[in-house]
Amino acid sequence: MTIIDWLRQPWPWYAAGPLIGLMVPVLLLTGNKTFGISSSLRHICAACVPAKIPFFHYDWKKELWNLFFVAGILLGGLLVALLLQNPQPVQVNPKLAVELQLYGITNYSNLVPVEIFNWHALLSLKGIIMMVGGGLLVGFGTRYAGGCTSGHAIMGLSNLQLPSLIATISFMAGGFLVANFILPAILKL
Amino acid sequence: MMESIKEKQHHQFLTENTDFEVRSLDDVTFNESELKHPAWYNLKYLFAGLFFGILLVKSEVISWFRIQEMFRLQSFHMFGVIGSAVVVGIISVWLIKKYNIKTIYGEPIEFVKKKFNKGNIYGGLIFGFGWAITGACPGPLFAQIGTGATVIIITLLSAIAGTWLYGRFRDSLPH
Repeated sequence: MTIIDWLRQPWPWYAAGPLIGLMVPVLLLTGNKTFGISSSLRHICAACVPAKIPFFHYDWKKELWNLFFVAGILLGGLLVALLLQNPQPVQVNPKLAVELQLYGITNYSNLVPVEIFNWHALLSLKGIIMMVGGGLLVGFGTRYAGGCTSGHAIMGLSNLQLPSLIATISFMAGGFLVANFILPAILKL
Repeated sequence: MMESIKEKQHHQFLTENTDFEVRSLDDVTFNESELKHPAWYNLKYLFAGLFFGILLVKSEVISWFRIQEMFRLQSFHMFGVIGSAVVVGIISVWLIKKYNIKTIYGEPIEFVKKKFNKGNIYGGLIFGFGWAITGACPGPLFAQIGTGATVIIITLLSAIAGTWLYGRFRDSLPH
């Protein structure tokens, strides 16, 4: 097995997790930046469509680093797709596979299920709810909460901030509720 | 009289920075860097993002399937990733504070304490709803597009619209 083959396999949590945690000191040490991604969406609003909304009137250019960071994330995804893509289908818990089969989801070749997330599906009610509706909830909720998984769950908890713990518990509670009790009804559409 | 004081306090709160991620808005508590760098200095954050993006994809945390497993408590994987990341983060922040470690430009590292507001709960729940549906938080949206799931551009644009709507209706939301 070559190194490239080895890297192509999914990385275990105990390798990837600590490296993700290292983003916190890396950003602090390279320029006093707090790890956080959802704020990039706010900077995009501030740069493109501030309208007359005070929340979007600030010097977004001072936060330009954040837009470089998210551009890097996109390029990272591209790099994996070009060089390090896992040739095997995504391995999931068999219980999940049984459940998803009920909704016609059987293709595990991509990290994102192609049966739900594709351009054609944007014309269906299910597609609109999941891609457009889901996106709205993510953007609205993260800014209302003041951060996302990176800003609260990783950066905030690293700095032992109680509001971040409360926010993280809320993310998990909200996700748990929807995934178990509401998403099945959407997937059946 | 009471009413107007309450209103004033509420207004003051709303004009404060409730954002945990945007530090340059904390001009009262945060000593803003005196250093002025040319824009290309930001390229180091492009590389940091690139590395982070690779991690997100290779650990499969950008996978809708993995998020479904997490919220159904069917796999330890996601909890392991987030949990170990937090442990490394806590140790790093502790070391930086204990040894007063400076940035590579010699500036002291500042931490900003944030106040709780109800948005942490309401917004957190709403984000959780969206996370379960899209299987992605904001970082993974960018990474998913990079891996070739081009339709996620729509989800990302929608998330930007959601952020805009929050800004638009912020004053009438409970905080």
